[in-house]
Amino acid sequence: MKHLIPEFEELKKRLPPGKNGTLVLPCLHRIQDDRGYIADEDITGLVEYLGVPRIQIEEVLSFYTMLRRKPIGRWHVQVCRNVSCSMRGAERLIDHVSRHLGVKPGQTTADGRFTLSTVECLGSCGTAPVVMVNERYHELQDAQSLDKLLGELTQQ
Amino acid sequence: MTGRKILMDFEVTPTSHTLEAYAARGGYQTVSRVLREMKPTDVTKEVTEAGIQGRGGASFPAGRKWQVVDPHDGEPHYLLANADEGEPGTFKDRWILENAPHKLLESMLIAAYALGCRNTFVYIRGEFDLPYRRLQAAVEEAYKAGYFGEKILGSGFSCDIYVFRGGGAYVCGEASSLLASVEGIRGYPRNRPPRLTVKGLYQCPTVVNNVETLSNLAWILRHGAAEYRKVGTPKSPGTRLISISGHVNRPGVYEVELGYPWRKFLDEDCGGILGGRKLKAIIPGGISSQVLPGETAYELMLSHEALWDVNSSLGSGGMIAIAEGTCMVRLLQIMLRFYHHESCGQCTPCREGMGWAHRVIDRIVAGQGRPEDIDTLIRISKFNDGTTICGLGDAAGYATVDFIKHFRDEFEYFIEHKRSKNDGRLECLPEVANA
Repeated sequence: MKHLIPEFEELKKRLPPGKNGTLVLPCLHRIQDDRGYIADEDITGLVEYLGVPRIQIEEVLSFYTMLRRKPIGRWHVQVCRNVSCSMRGAERLIDHVSRHLGVKPGQTTADGRFTLSTVECLGSCGTAPVVMVNERYHELQDAQSLDKLLGELTQQ
Repeated sequence: MTGRKILMDFEVTPTSHTLEAYAARGGYQTVSRVLREMKPTDVTKEVTEAGIQGRGGASFPAGRKWQVVDPHDGEPHYLLANADEGEPGTFKDRWILENAPHKLLESMLIAAYALGCRNTFVYIRGEFDLPYRRLQAAVEEAYKAGYFGEKILGSGFSCDIYVFRGGGAYVCGEASSLLASVEGIRGYPRNRPPRLTVKGLYQCPTVVNNVETLSNLAWILRHGAAEYRKVGTPKSPGTRLISISGHVNRPGVYEVELGYPWRKFLDEDCGGILGGRKLKAIIPGGISSQVLPGETAYELMLSHEALWDVNSSLGSGGMIAIAEGTCMVRLLQIMLRFYHHESCGQCTPCREGMGWAHRVIDRIVAGQGRPEDIDTLIRISKFNDGTTICGLGDAAGYATVDFIKHFRDEFEYFIEHKRSKNDGRLECLPEVANA
């Protein structure tokens, strides 16, 4: 994470001075974007850089579902299964993509290419069902469109 | 048409969200006039007179929240826009962030000036990608144009803004929990008093307003409180962004003038229910607002008072229409699974109660329900009410009690026959309609 410190210094300019705790989440997000997950050495580095207790960072990491302590597949496929998406076919979609990839939600394919997850409400209910792949939303999905998308991702 | 427009008062084009387009629509003129001509307390007075109610769910008047803060008490103050839009069924703030980010930024400048805030934040949910990129781009444009930073537009007022990404926790939409998250700790809600307007972020007076609430301010200060009062109803001034999803033909975000007839909204603006079916039930404002039977909703107008009269609320504006033939037991199962998943675990009644309720409803759906299960669900809900710090457990309880109140026969049927009265359907498929 050391190479990201100049970026973190930039962030401080628009924050109230001396409030290092406020940088915990932004730094963790940035580290995860960079490495794909948060490693032990990142925590150690952040403790040193921000001067916050290690337990604070550990607690944050175990609380926020977006933050990961382990690497996952190249493409993280998250299918929403909350009320509006389920009312528009999300449950069938989850079964379909699970069969297509040969993994259950929470698992990663053997080639490390795809991790499948289910999520609760992504705030895209009007264009349900919605699937999030890495950081991008794919709206109004059905079995055909999702097969096509996964096919394209396999090529990349 | 759904009445007069305050937020959706322009045509959305591929560039309509940029500063250039916003400035061409008269953008940032209001804040520059406010900074030149008005005292901070005058701004708060105007907002109070406008009577705008919070758009995040609780409908608390924004002006009354603001009045607690004295802009001249010498303490640092903070303003946060709550863009942690996570209430299932709600996607209206996303529309503002994607299409009118500068409306939010100009309004936040006005609010920051009124409240004496040097630092402001937008707390945006971590999953939002396009909304984040659009907002961050707008912030950079605004800094470059001199609307944020030191001595804005030649006035003595300086203000910074930071777009803070959440970490994927529903509970962080609750204001005190949101502040904990910004402070860099677990997003646990905390007890009041002290109110956040007395001791909030870093123990300083803090105002947290919803994105939509704030975005109305530029219009209110531009046209005046009296003009704003002419829109909507006397008890519910203004408009609301309603995001409608579920079994309607045209789901999406609509700006609705308060007082608009609900039947007209559903039948004409949203194109009616899928497959021409009857409306069985409707969740008016996110799943934490109480469900209403279709026939009740059709007779109401869309306003805060009309919904309060039937013990529900417009909540977060996340409306979900449910067609005839949908299994209400399975819908409640999804909702309880959600609340269980999102309970932060701080208060025992919610942490244990949500898990318990989830296990009970799973058991019913698995065909192993017991006759006493319905009463157990109600008992858990009632015990939760008022015994937890935040409203998550309460809301789950209200939702459960009202689902059972209106659709008890479906729950009883499921337990007795070990299967759904509606074949467990959630979708509204044409072949099912013909069967």
